[in-house]
Amino acid sequence: MVGATLIDLVLPLAQEAVGAHEPGFVPFLPSWMILLPFLGFVLNGALAYLAPERRKLVSVVGPGVLGLAFVIAAVNLVLIARVHDAEPVLRSYWTWIEVGQLRIDAALQLDQLSMIMALVVTCVSFIIHIYSVGYMGEDPGYARYFAYLNLFVFFMLVLVLGASFPLMFIGWEGVGLCSYLLIGFWFRESAKAEAGQKAFIVNRIGDFGFLMAMFAMFAYLGTLDFQGVFEAAPRAFEYGGAAVTLITLFLFLGCTGKSAQIPLYVWLPDAMHGPTPVSALIHAATMVTAGVYLVARAGVLFALAPLSMNVVAVIGGATALFAGTIAVQQFDIKRVVAYSTISQLGYMFLAVGVGAYTAGIFHLGTHAFFKALLFMASGAVIHAMHHALEHAGEPAGEDVTQDMRNMGALKKYMPTTFKTAWVGALALAGVFPLAGFFSKDEIIWSVGARGQTVLWVVAIITAMLTAGYITRWLVMTFHGENRTGEKARGYLHEAAPIMVGALVVLAIGSVVTGWVNIPEALPLLPEFTWLHHFLHPSFAQAEHIIVEHMGEAAHASPVGGGEGMWALISTAAAIVVILFVFNALSGKKYLPAHEAKVPTGIWGLLYHKYYVDELYDLVIVRPFKWICMFSWRVIDQGLIDGVMVNGVGYTTRFGGWVISRFQTGYLGTYVLIIVLGVLIILGAVTL
Amino acid sequence: MLFESLVLSGVLFAVGVAGVLLRRNAIVMFMCIELMLNAVNLSFVAISRYVGIEGQLFVIFVMTVAAAEAAVGLAIIISIFRHYESVDVRNFRLLRW
Repeated sequence: MVGATLIDLVLPLAQEAVGAHEPGFVPFLPSWMILLPFLGFVLNGALAYLAPERRKLVSVVGPGVLGLAFVIAAVNLVLIARVHDAEPVLRSYWTWIEVGQLRIDAALQLDQLSMIMALVVTCVSFIIHIYSVGYMGEDPGYARYFAYLNLFVFFMLVLVLGASFPLMFIGWEGVGLCSYLLIGFWFRESAKAEAGQKAFIVNRIGDFGFLMAMFAMFAYLGTLDFQGVFEAAPRAFEYGGAAVTLITLFLFLGCTGKSAQIPLYVWLPDAMHGPTPVSALIHAATMVTAGVYLVARAGVLFALAPLSMNVVAVIGGATALFAGTIAVQQFDIKRVVAYSTISQLGYMFLAVGVGAYTAGIFHLGTHAFFKALLFMASGAVIHAMHHALEHAGEPAGEDVTQDMRNMGALKKYMPTTFKTAWVGALALAGVFPLAGFFSKDEIIWSVGARGQTVLWVVAIITAMLTAGYITRWLVMTFHGENRTGEKARGYLHEAAPIMVGALVVLAIGSVVTGWVNIPEALPLLPEFTWLHHFLHPSFAQAEHIIVEHMGEAAHASPVGGGEGMWALISTAAAIVVILFVFNALSGKKYLPAHEAKVPTGIWGLLYHKYYVDELYDLVIVRPFKWICMFSWRVIDQGLIDGVMVNGVGYTTRFGGWVISRFQTGYLGTYVLIIVLGVLIILGAVTL
Repeated sequence: MLFESLVLSGVLFAVGVAGVLLRRNAIVMFMCIELMLNAVNLSFVAISRYVGIEGQLFVIFVMTVAAAEAAVGLAIIISIFRHYESVDVRNFRLLRW
């Protein structure tokens, strides 16, 4: 820790003294961005063991370290933004692995992409940590919760700041671990512990892809540092060649696991069993976007493999539409938002899949705010429902408190939550001038401009679906009649001020974050497409390859019309859908969950999530269990334990018994055997 | 001479083997073992005439070892006799499976 600080402080001074580096971007204590959350983890972890009742201290340490990390990230972003097209800065602290040709430093790569990611991560984490103080305040595992949450941020920052694939992989695995720990945070309920395991196991499939990609990269390029790989790749790989296609497809397999894309998305809805701030932080804002970051970071490799790009775009588009339709017919308040997250992640992959890296990262950033906001508004609602039902002495299990059929008309009881939820929903639906409008529009526009007509139509349909399901979510939760029950209704109340405060901050973020990248077609601010220009150095190489082989992107959509026109059309469409759904549903009478029937027909198909979980259970889980049963009963117990281990034992014992019969105790027998033996040996020698 | 000597040695050895195999009296078995040793000694001496002095030299060693062995063996037999009042080898078959 001291060493890293010294490197951070002394290195720039030393370089300045010898005039080694040009005046450029000098990072400000980058190691502390990572060390602070780790420090928080150590302190909170110690408190969880030694003094779990010291809640005040935990409340200060947990969000505090994140606040400081956020300040450092913000300072660094300002520093790098002031330098035009700043070169990436590599800060190496020590040599981590050195075996033969392979040399991996524990190094941070500080460039535009990693700084923007670090800022989004620390900012959203900080707000969610503060919200957690209110949300988890009465939980007996308070200190443990903050220890895990801090550890998560530590690993997430390692993921985005690491300067090589293995270091990124450490973060990648670390966030997976924290995700597992936090989904199963209330591990005494088996459903929650199982959801954690599901997330972990499904992610292992993706991690296998990441590992294979790293092995292949090392085999072909001999290095795993980002800069080394991206410099060597265009020379080592033929455009569209098998090797680079294989590597990128393996990388994308990793992404489908971590970022919940088809076919590995099934863990994310189940991950909603964790505490709601965890869903907001890990399963909406940060960890699940790691896959998008990976594709953007490895943009050079993907640009060299057009087939992989198409796979990414198609999977992204398919996931966006697929998850969007499921969200239409879910009744769990968090599951709607969870499927929405999968759908929005699909959008991001759609963007990076057509080479619109900035659009993907832009949507990642805006989505982090409005999706965290929607989750935490859900959390506030669940919190209120839980308290109300508990006070009324009614069952307050997860299935009751999270079912939107038991809510309704909450705007009367939770006015601020209601307002912020509307802001988040409008941002998600892409209504001008909220954040989602700019980012989603840029994605749809880029897809169209790249000539992917089918995906473009899919993206537009999904955008309208998004507006539809999120309006349904709002209406069922906040409008109409209250269905909580006479007794519990009186106990409904607004969330704690600290939680409401966090919601308001996120709502502001959901409005303004979109303004960092206003398209040229809509000259609303003097400085447009700031993010695009800012991120340009990070993506220049990849974009250059794409333009070289596929030509410039078109300046019109597949059916004509410019960016401005389509932006207007899409926002108008979103508003029409919102109004339509709002009118259609606000008059509708919902029955409370315990009286309602399970939907049938097409709605039933959506309600049951296309039976994908059941399909996986039938095709993968059960055969796998049979194989495991076979391995256990037949191969392990039968063959290995029975035939091999015990078999050797029995054979030895039997042999010993047979030979022991010769040991009669009669001297005569021994002598006879000796003589016979001598005769046999003599006979053998002479013959 | 060598042939006759070796035949005599072989006969003596065979007698010794037969004695050890067939007799039950420990003392007699012991004497038969001595007989086998001495049969071997005889062939050593006989062959040493043609090969060299080493054969005769070896006989001295064999006699030394045989004397030591006789001392140990007789001591064991005496202690067995004290225990069982007999030197029949069928009596002592405790060391078995």
